[in-house]
Amino acid sequence: MYNEKVIDHFSNPRNVGELENPDAVGETGSFKCGDTMTLYLKVEDGRIEDVSFQTFGCGAAIASSSMLTEMVKGKTLDEAMEITNQDVADELGGLPPLKLHCSNLAADALHNAIENYRKENGI
Amino acid sequence: MKSRQVYMDHGATTPVREEVLEAMLPFYREHYGNPSSLHAQGRAVRRELETAREKIAEILGAEAKEIIFTSGGTESNNIALRGTAKKKGTKGHIITSSIEHHAVLDVCRDLEKEGHPVTYLPVDKYGRVDPQTVKEAIQPDTFIISIMAANNEIGTLQPIKEIGSIAAEHKILFHTDAVQVVGQLPLDLSKIKVDFLSLSAHKFNGPKGVGALYVRKGVRINPIYIGGGQERKIRPGTENVPGIIGMSRALELTSTGMEEKSEKLSQLRDRLISGLLKIDEVILNGHPEERLPGNVNVSFEHIEGESILLSLDLQGVAASSGSACSSGSLDPSHVLSAIGLDHHTAHGSIRFSLGYGNSNNDIDYVLEIIPLIVDKLRRISPTYKPKAI
Repeated sequence: MYNEKVIDHFSNPRNVGELENPDAVGETGSFKCGDTMTLYLKVEDGRIEDVSFQTFGCGAAIASSSMLTEMVKGKTLDEAMEITNQDVADELGGLPPLKLHCSNLAADALHNAIENYRKENGI
Repeated sequence: MKSRQVYMDHGATTPVREEVLEAMLPFYREHYGNPSSLHAQGRAVRRELETAREKIAEILGAEAKEIIFTSGGTESNNIALRGTAKKKGTKGHIITSSIEHHAVLDVCRDLEKEGHPVTYLPVDKYGRVDPQTVKEAIQPDTFIISIMAANNEIGTLQPIKEIGSIAAEHKILFHTDAVQVVGQLPLDLSKIKVDFLSLSAHKFNGPKGVGALYVRKGVRINPIYIGGGQERKIRPGTENVPGIIGMSRALELTSTGMEEKSEKLSQLRDRLISGLLKIDEVILNGHPEERLPGNVNVSFEHIEGESILLSLDLQGVAASSGSACSSGSLDPSHVLSAIGLDHHTAHGSIRFSLGYGNSNNDIDYVLEIIPLIVDKLRRISPTYKPKAI
């Protein structure tokens, strides 16, 4: 059902856990299927220096969360805002059609974190 | 790396036993006659078909003419419910439970759309239907009650003996979907007031695509498909002879020494349950005692069922889940919702269904790997806070 890259990110998720003193936290949840994700960011000079996540969800949700953290590290906040859920699914080499909605949380959590960061810092 | 394969999804389907396959093969090779044909080949097959019917009837405590061969559980349920509604001809009230398999629940919903009012009875936290609620739900025009013998997800056994007696007292037909029970627990239809009972061969190491409907002597229903005169016209169409022969052989094998086998399976089940409950924040779903010998259903708090299944699968263990993400729909199982589980707990449910071939070693293996899987997934979870040591 899942390709090797998805299985790899699911089995060995990158950047798991809570960051100490994060500069921003983003949250998202699908009320329908029950998946939730929390994303932590360290930001320096408008660039994402470090990132981590916690996810309650299926294989696709966990793999998408992990994939996203790899995609955003080192990116500027503007660049990171451009990342879509589709980009995450594409970077994973595709997800089964039924599981696409499960991957929709990763970019949403990221955007939420960036918005929170900007609000807090008056940007 | 799949070091080992452990199959614990017997509630979904079971492997065909070698003896069953051996019994079936001649009916694909030399005994290919149509049992309705007049010639020697046909007559020989007819004899074997009727012998299979007699064997199945005898094991179930029924008469041969009360057994109608079908394509499986879903068809048996449809014939019983729709066939009864059709025979009735006018609209009438139906009683069922909120935790039936979709092959009953969705038939009832469909009949409801056609104008038959339906009562979906609630269940208690263990998933049991209270016979008293059945009695209270009866209306003057109630014509059929359909309550499963055991739930496929959480394994809870239903008080079908009591419900059958209530139905009989009120002269209402009683159907039970016994797909999960036949082959796991002894069943004597001469001692239960049941008018229809559905069973499916692939749940007890028989082939897929074949089952039966028990129809009590004297109960009349209308066929839902029209065709030839096979199976007393209730289920027309050339009989699935190899399948029926296989089903009969499988039932014979599973019924030999059944009490001892059920006991052995229950012991494996209880070992697995007590091992799983040693893990922090794990809940047993279903009844602690009144449950199928092979059924284990637990919820692991803070983690999601599909990710547990996937982790188990990567280590060679086949199980199933009532989580939304594993079903293709967005909602968690209607059964877990009916017993009162909240969304998150329902999402973390896993069913291990044991069967013929499972051993103590299999239980050991699952109990060895599952704490690691749970721990790993909980480390990823935003809601899990490890207890301070």
